[in-house]
Amino acid sequence: MEKRVVFKSAWLPYVLLLPQITITVLFFFWPAAQAVYYSFQVQDAFGLTSKFVWFENYIYLFKDSHYLSSFRVTAFFSVMVATSGIVISLVLATMADSVVRGALAYKTFLIWPYAVAPAIAGVLWAFIFAPSIGIVTYFLKKLGVDWNWIINSEQAMLLVVVASVWKQISYNFLFFLAGLQSIPKSLLEAAAIDGAGPFRRFWTIVFPLLSPTTFFLLVMNIIYSFFDTFGVIDATTEGGPGDATKILVYKVYYDGVKAADLGGSSAQSVILMAIVVTLTVIQFRYIERRVQY
Amino acid sequence: MAEISLQGVTKSFGKTEVIHTTDITINDGEFVVMVGPSGCGKSTILRMIAGLETSTTGEIRIAGKRVNEVEPKDRNIAMVFQNYALYPHMSVYDNMAYGLKIRKLAKDDIERRVQRAAKILELGQYLKRKPRELSGGQRQRVAMGRAIVREPAAFLFDEPLSNLDAKLRVQMRLEIQKLHRELRTTSVYVTHDQVEAMTLANRMIVINAGVVEQIGAPLEVYDNPASLFVAGFIGSPSMNFLPGLRSGDGVEVGEGLVVPLPPEIRGSAGEQVTVGVRPEHFVAGDGGGPRFKLRVDTVEALGADSLLHAGFNGSHLVVRIEGHSTPRAGSEFEVSVLPGKAYFFDTGTGKRLGA
Repeated sequence: MEKRVVFKSAWLPYVLLLPQITITVLFFFWPAAQAVYYSFQVQDAFGLTSKFVWFENYIYLFKDSHYLSSFRVTAFFSVMVATSGIVISLVLATMADSVVRGALAYKTFLIWPYAVAPAIAGVLWAFIFAPSIGIVTYFLKKLGVDWNWIINSEQAMLLVVVASVWKQISYNFLFFLAGLQSIPKSLLEAAAIDGAGPFRRFWTIVFPLLSPTTFFLLVMNIIYSFFDTFGVIDATTEGGPGDATKILVYKVYYDGVKAADLGGSSAQSVILMAIVVTLTVIQFRYIERRVQY
Repeated sequence: MAEISLQGVTKSFGKTEVIHTTDITINDGEFVVMVGPSGCGKSTILRMIAGLETSTTGEIRIAGKRVNEVEPKDRNIAMVFQNYALYPHMSVYDNMAYGLKIRKLAKDDIERRVQRAAKILELGQYLKRKPRELSGGQRQRVAMGRAIVREPAAFLFDEPLSNLDAKLRVQMRLEIQKLHRELRTTSVYVTHDQVEAMTLANRMIVINAGVVEQIGAPLEVYDNPASLFVAGFIGSPSMNFLPGLRSGDGVEVGEGLVVPLPPEIRGSAGEQVTVGVRPEHFVAGDGGGPRFKLRVDTVEALGADSLLHAGFNGSHLVVRIEGHSTPRAGSEFEVSVLPGKAYFFDTGTGKRLGA
């Protein structure tokens, strides 16, 4: 059956599309094109003159040990954020799904962190873990742990991972819960009668059936950790100490805004763009191939 | 192979008792069908036997052993679900082998059992397929295959044919019958379809609103319904009911017509009596029993026979007559009840008089 709406007017569809296209062009395509354009240029320190240098910015980047270390930091950071975010929220969703009393309350509380802006989440965690006045720092000190993420790079990384994961758990939780609820109860009952205990039911039935959700979330979480964690990092460690938590997107901002290297920063953002495009393509290819059971 | 028995079993959700005290014994190798309208609790009873629900009180025994506290997996039963409940990410073979692998059977033993079940159910060529690549009937067969390979003490069927189209349902019904003849495994089958119940059951259990109304062989239940509910539920089209008042040795059902009460139940009849007559127990003209003058509202000519619909004193009557001597809608028509074929029920309690 034809489900498409057919307009009689020739121009009405275009007018209806216009707002969306305007926004996309203005806020996505235009800046992206600008980034590509600037990435081929070198500017003087005052931004008065610029010179077209082809791929020099890119070549320089891949020789720059700071940039390569930022890659390693990002890789570690996103693996930590994505895996721990997914594992924790899967555990929470499984538990919330099996809870009988007060299920709604659990679900509501678990979704709340999603409403908190990344910068505020960052401030919140920075405050709780603040080296001098943080409440958790106080208890850690009582346990004999010397907690100071301002000078300790492992602790700084741990802090931004925790804050980022905390923000993203709600999102993952929602998808996992929806995924769990779409598995017919009778499947698990059939497995129970077939002799599978709860643990085995999870690994042989639930987990495979959730795999499309898990894969989708893996991609979304990597994208999240690459880009949306900017606010968390800016509000806490600001990439430090040293470059310990300077992930790629933060370095784009730092090099472009603070270090005034517009060309290098643009080249970095073009590379980031390429990464996110690749991830999205993989995601669509994969999901399309095995979208339904 | 096993006997299943329920003694004094009840089930409550919160304060609501959905299954009232139930005693059922299902003999070894028997095919028992639990039938009733949706929401009557038949599936709940089945799920209590399976161990998917706990009973609130009472005792459930399988093969003589109390199983109230036993996990579903240790009850040695297999269940076929309405939506088949096949594992969508596993092949047909793996679906059937799943339970056997968990029970750590030897590989060649699993292979042998699955191949045998596949042969019985004609699934041989589909073993490598995923459930989504099968038709409804094939999925249903895989679900049964998964039950068969386990070689359990009992099969539990929860409305297994409800998701199939009418033609396939008839075919699968015959296959289930054949299967039971071959395997002779104790089977409990839940359905809301009285035709399935009549055709499949060795004995059927008619359930209404959490109460077992009657247990018996299909024809026995059909011929001797214990209550208004059973009489109305079993048989298609259903039995006609005429509420009436006691009048001497008979029951006045309206328009001056008195249906005589058989002598043996006169004593037990109260003031208000409902007379029941099955559509096929009417004959055109004078058949010896009470005679009804009807104005025919609608005629359904089915070929072999015809169904006449008519109003009588506020009740809706359905009369089945031979197919080719059919009156036209709107005409007057006289029918009579075959002698001894009227049923009498206490209108208040719904119980059959003398039963």
